[in-house]
Amino acid sequence: MSILEAETHIITQTAPEIETKELMLDLKNLKKVYPTPKGEYVVLEDLNLQIMKEEFVTIIGHSGCGKTTMLSMIAGLNEITGGSISVLGKPIKGPGPDRGVIFQAPSLMPWMTSLQNVLLGVNQVFPHATKAQRNDIAKYYLQKVGLEDAFHKKASDLSQGMQQRVGIARAFAIKPKVLLLDEPFGMLDSLTRGELQDILIEIWNKEKITAVMITHDVDEAIFLADRVVMMTSGPKAKIGDVLEIDFERPRTRKTVLEHDDYYRYRKHLIDFLEH
Amino acid sequence: MKQSVTVSKSEEAKWLEGIKVVLSKLQFKTPTFNLKKIIVPVISIVAFIGIWYLGAEALRQREINFRVEKALTDQGQAAANALQACFASNESTCQTNTLPSPTQVWASVITLVNDYYVVKQDKLDFKNKTAAVNAKRIAAGKAPIVYTGRASFVDIVIRSLKTVFAGFLLAFFIAVPIGIVIGLSPTLRNAINWFIQIFKPVSPVVWYLLVFMIVKTLLIGTSSDNSFLISFISVGLCAMWATLVNTAVGVSTVDKDYINVAKVLKLGQLQKIFKIILPSSLPLIFTGLRITLSVAWMVLIAIELLAQSPGLGTFVWEEFQNGSSESNSKIIVAMFVIGIIGFLLDRFMLTIQNMVSFNKSEGI
Ligand SMILES: Nc1ncnc2c1ncn2[C@@H]1O[C@H](COP(=O)(O)OP(=O)(O)OP(=O)(O)O)[C@@H](O)[C@H]1O
Ligand SMILES: [Mg+2]
Repeated sequence: MSILEAETHIITQTAPEIETKELMLDLKNLKKVYPTPKGEYVVLEDLNLQIMKEEFVTIIGHSGCGKTTMLSMIAGLNEITGGSISVLGKPIKGPGPDRGVIFQAPSLMPWMTSLQNVLLGVNQVFPHATKAQRNDIAKYYLQKVGLEDAFHKKASDLSQGMQQRVGIARAFAIKPKVLLLDEPFGMLDSLTRGELQDILIEIWNKEKITAVMITHDVDEAIFLADRVVMMTSGPKAKIGDVLEIDFERPRTRKTVLEHDDYYRYRKHLIDFLEH
Repeated sequence: MKQSVTVSKSEEAKWLEGIKVVLSKLQFKTPTFNLKKIIVPVISIVAFIGIWYLGAEALRQREINFRVEKALTDQGQAAANALQACFASNESTCQTNTLPSPTQVWASVITLVNDYYVVKQDKLDFKNKTAAVNAKRIAAGKAPIVYTGRASFVDIVIRSLKTVFAGFLLAFFIAVPIGIVIGLSPTLRNAINWFIQIFKPVSPVVWYLLVFMIVKTLLIGTSSDNSFLISFISVGLCAMWATLVNTAVGVSTVDKDYINVAKVLKLGQLQKIFKIILPSSLPLIFTGLRITLSVAWMVLIAIELLAQSPGLGTFVWEEFQNGSSESNSKIIVAMFVIGIIGFLLDRFMLTIQNMVSFNKSEGI
């Protein structure tokens, strides 16, 4: 019952529907230079990317091309060398809870329980809510990722997959405008990965948060995304190509795989990566 | 031939199986594992005592031979014979002054235990005797008369434990906060690093002298006994470095992912320190505290000795000055007590250390 209350509570918290084509994230002429002992290394140059509100974008590209660099710059964890990044028209200033991050490693605090880990963010973002309300929010999301039996388990006692579930709950629970995911399922076995993709897309369908996700997995990229963004190989990487995925939502793995366009999309991506 | 061996082996296995079943029904654990754990140390302890006994005996014989020889050349055959007989009779006037044998040490253990009861009785008598007087003194607003007689071995050990705990607490309250502060600030770390590197290897004797100079001057004009104060401060200062360094390292090397989480959530500075940095460096801090406690216990003896603080250090030194065979045994008893207490303290800290560490790898 309290879960139901939490749900309505959360729904009233989300902003009312605005026209869907609003520009959420705007990367303009983005440039990143790393100083190295052998001189400057230009990772990204003239990178332009627009991401609309409520869009799910996946990013693929060769290893080392600068995907993580770009994502951490959006998160504000990595300094911008040139160009700009704006969220809803405002240039970003450092990191903040409006841009939630799910890292490749779950990076939970191992000494805290899963509930405490989620509460760490919730307490910060909803400082005026009562303790019970904050607990409800945290529990609601933990329950959404299937951890209703593990509220009070220490993070260090959870399996890798369960830890990443907590990571997902923690990220959604702070109600970010943009969710940034850096190969969140890269470390998991394929079965667990499938489960977590389903969970992720289910919560995302409900919350409609703008999502940017890096992946190495072409099938994952197609299954989750409205658009797949392909990055050219570094140095001086930029956006090479963008592929619109026109499958209806909600999707299931089965309908996607059986869709006529699926193999066309897949071929497009693989051709790009292998060119 | 081979056939028969394998048959008998499998039969043996069956037997073992049968015994195990019976034992498990009797709610015993399978004994083989535990037996090994008990028997091996017992054998090594027996061997140790045996070697000790033989060594002590050889040393004693060497001393006797030398002294008899000397009597022979200085005083003639009769005196030498008398001395030989005297040593053989093991009288108290003819004792050797060398490494005591296990039996002598055991005798000293019993002496010390008995002595404890004697002193306890003394204290009780003293208390009864002075009860009336003290009641009057307290009523008159004067300090009561306290027992200042001989201390028992137990009192001495307790004194040493008190000193080491006071020193440990001092080390804790100095090293942990400073470690946190310099762990958080690279600038401060650079500023203080030379200081740490120079003072870390300074020996306990020098620490004692330094503390002595300062405390003596600070307490100038007062007549109270400051040996406890001086010794625990010296112990603390000497032992705190491991905790200081470990805390600083723990705080300054928090996993980058955790720091990123704190940044994304925009945790305030205090929240970041108390919710993320400190918990994540607890295991290292406790490793440091464990080293600090064992160092504190180790340097305690030398420092007590110098400070004339009536603990184990002074006990050992006074017995050594005494120079009798009995004193040598008491020194060995003290040595074992020091070793055992040190071991127990370390185990205690290890338990705590394992409790706070979140990756379940066990330390040694
Ligand atoms: N802090 C740094 N200093 C210098 N060079 C760096 C730094 N971080 C990354 N690089 C370099 O920048 C390039 C891009 O790195 P990045 O981690 O963004 O790649 P990526 O696309 O995420 O790779 P992967 O797919 O393997 O995760 C790499 O060549 C890397 O070696
Ligand atoms: Mg990467």
